[in-house]
Amino acid sequence: MAEDTRAANGLHWSKTRNLTYIILALWALFGIIIPWFAGALNSMTFLGFPLGYYFCVQGSLIAFVVLIWVQNWRQDAIDEEFGHDE
Amino acid sequence: MASDTTSGRRSRFIDNLGKVYFLYTLGFLAFFLLMAILESLGASAQLIGIGFLLFTIGIYAIIGWLSRTAEVDAYYVAGREVPALYNGMATAADWMSGASFVALAGGVYFGGYPYLGYIIGWTGGYVLVNSLMAPYLRKFGCYTVPDFVGTRYGGSAARFIAVIVLVVASFTYVTAQINATGTIAAQTLGISFEIGVWFGLLGIFICSMLGGMRGVTWTQVAQYIVLIIAYLVPIIWMSNKQGFGIIPHFSYGDGVFRIAELQAQYGLNPPAEPIAGLSVLTTPQNAPGDAMSSWSMVSLAICMMAGTASLPHILMRYFTTPSVRSARRSVGWSLFFIFLLYFSAPALATLTKLQLLDPNLATSIIGKPFADVANLEWIKHWSSVGMLAVADQNSDGILQLNEFFMRPDIVVLATPEIAGLPFVISGLVAAGGLAAAMSTADGLLLAIANALSHDLYYKIVDPSASTRRRLIVARVILVFIGAGGAAVASLKLTGILGAVAWAFDFAASGLFFPLVLGVWWKRANTAGAIAGMLGGFGAGSVYLYLVYNKIMTPWLGIDDIRFGIVGMAVSLVAMVVVSLATKEPSKEIQDMVDEVRVPSGKPILAAGH
Repeated sequence: MAEDTRAANGLHWSKTRNLTYIILALWALFGIIIPWFAGALNSMTFLGFPLGYYFCVQGSLIAFVVLIWVQNWRQDAIDEEFGHDE
Repeated sequence: MASDTTSGRRSRFIDNLGKVYFLYTLGFLAFFLLMAILESLGASAQLIGIGFLLFTIGIYAIIGWLSRTAEVDAYYVAGREVPALYNGMATAADWMSGASFVALAGGVYFGGYPYLGYIIGWTGGYVLVNSLMAPYLRKFGCYTVPDFVGTRYGGSAARFIAVIVLVVASFTYVTAQINATGTIAAQTLGISFEIGVWFGLLGIFICSMLGGMRGVTWTQVAQYIVLIIAYLVPIIWMSNKQGFGIIPHFSYGDGVFRIAELQAQYGLNPPAEPIAGLSVLTTPQNAPGDAMSSWSMVSLAICMMAGTASLPHILMRYFTTPSVRSARRSVGWSLFFIFLLYFSAPALATLTKLQLLDPNLATSIIGKPFADVANLEWIKHWSSVGMLAVADQNSDGILQLNEFFMRPDIVVLATPEIAGLPFVISGLVAAGGLAAAMSTADGLLLAIANALSHDLYYKIVDPSASTRRRLIVARVILVFIGAGGAAVASLKLTGILGAVAWAFDFAASGLFFPLVLGVWWKRANTAGAIAGMLGGFGAGSVYLYLVYNKIMTPWLGIDDIRFGIVGMAVSLVAMVVVSLATKEPSKEIQDMVDEVRVPSGKPILAAGH
């Protein structure tokens, strides 16, 4: 029984970890890579903004909010799968 | 018996939170209307300002009084009963400091592209909080951040070093907040800055002394409501006056292009004679250039993001939710509420800049006859307190862009007057700025005092202390730290934003990797954590000292506000190398890490520990 719990917890953790890696990769995209290339992106416009500027003042921020909510939604599903919902 | 009735009253309060804060918001709006009516009846600007200050502080005082407590769990973690949505609001107020409210838009106004690193950093950090920290620290059941370090790594040494890093980072930050409180109080009440600082401190104590974390939580929710209304109203008002629509956030793109034109037309030149403490616009609004400017933007963002995820006054907010899941959910709410202000700040900076620069707008001053501008009411008002200056340095009788000097900190506070909005808006903005600075100062003072009373006094000095004694010690320390902060703030050492950035760098250098690896790397051990904290914090501090005092030229453009990059790198390497060179942690500790990763079940540390 203890062994079963241990195995289940291990699987739960590996799913949690993979989800976290995906979220962190997207975080790096919006938090580091896009701001870095803002200059190049500025040659395009979006909603009347230079695109690079848009991401730094708005686009990346929206992406961060969405990332957290999506992560929590997926994490809830993982937790429920392993009976960790309270 | 007494505690029964208290908890009965508490649960009724928790059940009715929505109603309570809805009525409170209505009350605040009604007060705003009352002030607007008084203004139209001829009340002075000063009277309105004082009205806003006393009304809001009065409300916080009532909440602080109602939240008084004699229980350890309530004092340290608000009884762990704060619903996710409200914890999100409280965190947003805790988070958005005087710097965010008062100085951020000013920074965007003057700082251009590299400065946007603050905006990205102070929002993106929450993805790290949610992914790496909050749910696990909540499961841990700690009262303070050093509590986690002390239990995960064991021994008083690790706990003690974590306390030191926490105190240095938070104290750097809190002086800036008390400074901001003092500036606003002094401005509004017409008293000197040195007295304003102590007045502000009094307001801060009202929220935190009696109820600890519980009092701070419920006042922070109230403060968030005030600050977000105060931030958005002027922006929406200006947007409508300038024809950017009801909300400008999605339509001010044309403004960005228009500013680029105007900047080219006026020229971005340094002033003929600089004026100490004031700035002239020399950085273009939006001009990322070479890889170096990208690096300076991104390195700033990284420091702020890692700092966000390691600043104890933020992390401890997630100890107050009922469960791990609600801790995660409240991170989502936190960032949403923070986002509302952060995506408005660049809009505000852009609209204000247009107000001043665009000759098509009645409020513009650049390129206008010097004598007319010097006679404007708001120019006279802010010049008289030394926060602004106009000087016809080339004697052509016209105000040039490089002859308009302003302290970046005042952009938000002065905007209502610049745009010709009624005084009642200025009063509202002052109340918002005060709410932002007070709420952050509360959180920081509590983080420091709790670490000293719980981790240093109770866990290290006197583990047999009674509950009563622990809470008395906690409050005495709170008073001393607050007074110390006010004393330092009255010396006016740096601008609001400089000291704030340092706090993030200190926290990132000393705490980021020891906290993250404590959950994410089982092999991390006591020696490694101590090396990571001491190495990172030490290297960062030495680098800051050398660069700030110009003993050494910044390496790769890593200047004094970005020293966290150096600190974090040293911290990571030291922690990994020392952990691997020493024995792996005991079976019990490794099992504890496994347990932390499971979201359900009992917390690692019992209540009242």
